[in-house]
Amino acid sequence: MISLAGRDIMHAWGKFVFTGVGLGLLIGVTLSMAGIYRGMVDDAKALLDNSGADLWVVQQDTLGPYAESSSIYDDTWRSLRGMPGVASAANVTYLTMQVRQGERDVRTMVTGVTPGAAGTSGWPPYLVAGRQITRGHYEAVADIASGFKLGDTLQIRRNYYTVVGLTRRMVSSSGDPMVFIPLKDAQEAQFLKDNDAIHQQRRRTAENPAFNRPQVPGLLDAVIASQSINPYVNAVLVQIESGHNSEVVAESIRRWKRLTVYTRNQMEEILVGKLIATSARQIAMFLVILSIVSSAIVAFIIYTLTLGKIREIAVLKLIGTKNRTIIALIMQQSVALGLIGFVVGKITATLLMAPIFPKYVLLEPLDSVIGFGAVVVICILSSIIAIRAALKVDPAEAIGG
Amino acid sequence: MGYKGIHIESLKKRYGSGDTAVEALKNVDMQVAPGEVVGLIGPSGSGKSTLLKSLGAVIEPTAGRMILGDEVIYDDGWKVKDLRALRRDKIGFVFQAPYLIPFLDVTDNVALLPMLAGVSNSEARKRAVKLLKALDVEHRAKAMPSQLSGGEQQRVAIARGLINRPPVILADEPTAPLDSERALAVIRILNDMARQYETAIIIVTHDEKIIPTFKRIYHIRDGVTYEEVGEGRNFT
Ligand SMILES: Nc1ncnc2c1ncn2[C@@H]1O[C@H](COP(=O)(O)OP(=O)(O)OP(=O)(O)O)[C@@H](O)[C@H]1O
Ligand SMILES: [Mg+2]
Repeated sequence: MISLAGRDIMHAWGKFVFTGVGLGLLIGVTLSMAGIYRGMVDDAKALLDNSGADLWVVQQDTLGPYAESSSIYDDTWRSLRGMPGVASAANVTYLTMQVRQGERDVRTMVTGVTPGAAGTSGWPPYLVAGRQITRGHYEAVADIASGFKLGDTLQIRRNYYTVVGLTRRMVSSSGDPMVFIPLKDAQEAQFLKDNDAIHQQRRRTAENPAFNRPQVPGLLDAVIASQSINPYVNAVLVQIESGHNSEVVAESIRRWKRLTVYTRNQMEEILVGKLIATSARQIAMFLVILSIVSSAIVAFIIYTLTLGKIREIAVLKLIGTKNRTIIALIMQQSVALGLIGFVVGKITATLLMAPIFPKYVLLEPLDSVIGFGAVVVICILSSIIAIRAALKVDPAEAIGG
Repeated sequence: MGYKGIHIESLKKRYGSGDTAVEALKNVDMQVAPGEVVGLIGPSGSGKSTLLKSLGAVIEPTAGRMILGDEVIYDDGWKVKDLRALRRDKIGFVFQAPYLIPFLDVTDNVALLPMLAGVSNSEARKRAVKLLKALDVEHRAKAMPSQLSGGEQQRVAIARGLINRPPVILADEPTAPLDSERALAVIRILNDMARQYETAIIIVTHDEKIIPTFKRIYHIRDGVTYEEVGEGRNFT
């Protein structure tokens, strides 16, 4: 037996390829959407992995430091380091902001890291160029996705920083590239007001009789000095000594330090389950819409193609073709359309969408397999209307009046 | 049973019911022996197509009896379960319009029927080419139907009707689109086939050119058939 579907497709291949390419672009968008979601999850995991931490110690009852703002005193790390099972504890600050470089500004997550050596929690674990921060001020290491180059001068608030190193895959959970600067500078950047505001604040303090008391000399200066520093960080990253259970150590910090502590797994749950949950729902919605549109297109095309063949189908039935053969004819065409679409879609997603999309697009082979299955199922379901129309055709029509 | 060819006894067909009922076939009696070609002639609305459709098992008669070859196919109800297989194996159809499958080439249009019946592709094609040769369209065997002339298409359609060597061929106005020379050629082919394969053939026609070629003619009027001896003229 020859393949009727195949012959029909070869006969009208232009129509098929054309529709298949259109469908393929839709499928390409669908695959890319899935890739964007995977990319977001992967970004979140990279953020956690690259921070090098086992535990995140944050302000009590917050989901910080990524999902909510959290601030804790910058000397908390000292007391944490003394706790059993803790190998190291390092302050860290995160601030998402526009960083200026010459004429342009780039949205980045500015990360303040404690002085130390490579391997300290919060530091970029590897560099692709240059060196790590060695001085306590005004040096920066940037993710290459930011577009900054070695030697560039960055402006963060009022201060200027020189890019001394470049790293990669260091992004925030929303995909913004990270820029690492020394902790002290970062604390200041979070807090720093402009000169006029500082001037105003000092004036207000000086006018306040509670602070400006002639009988207590030096009080005003002390108050102003305390107003000009920022003793807070967003979190303390804790590394655990090998042989200790992170959940046990976390529990003892919660209990004795009265702070909220998250383990790696809990942090991942927060990032994936809460921070990017809204985006994930939007993407899921898009996937549903795109699937519906694709099915509508396939159904419409296959239905039209079948209506164009009603007479041939009547003849086929008259000369004794089984319904099974006619169903196979239509269904195979539908699936063939899906196949063309899938191949075009996969190519579009891999070669066109992923490289140019302004977000990390991670195309997982498993997603492609699932996508392929979905396409086949959609095509089979979409051909049902056409199949019903074909089965209703009366073989007597072929004989005519 | 003793019958061969086509045997129809008091066949009736009523369309619809009640006030709008149409008695399309009131009393049809017809015998066509194997190897015989008979004409079926009648005015418009007399029931010719209804008769062909009943015999072709695409509509169900109301009452009567039909025998094809040695098989009773209808006796106040269908006596065969699989009407499609019956059509595929026992009946060849030739229509006024050739109705070829546009996406199959000439050979496969003809070979499709044996393929549907489970014959291997190469064997089916071999048979098709042989038949196309007999019908003088072998040189177009690889062409698509849209590339053929009307007469060539009609001959391919006839080949398709004949390929399974059905005991019965039903032809509805097979020569309508053809000039008289080609029309006579088609009739000659059908006669040759009838003789060669012992096929019983009914040709519905209005065509004055071919009516004189029938040895026997059935007239149908208001759903009733009358038999007439034809001229049986030679058509070379
Ligand atoms: N499906 C149907 N439902 C109701 N009446 C029908 C149907 N088909 C045919 N008829 C009626 O049955 C009668 C016979 O019709 P039929 O088509 O057999 O005529 P015919 O001899 O083939 O005519 P023509 O030469 O015009 O093709 C006509 O009166 C027609 O109106
Ligand atoms: Mg008719």
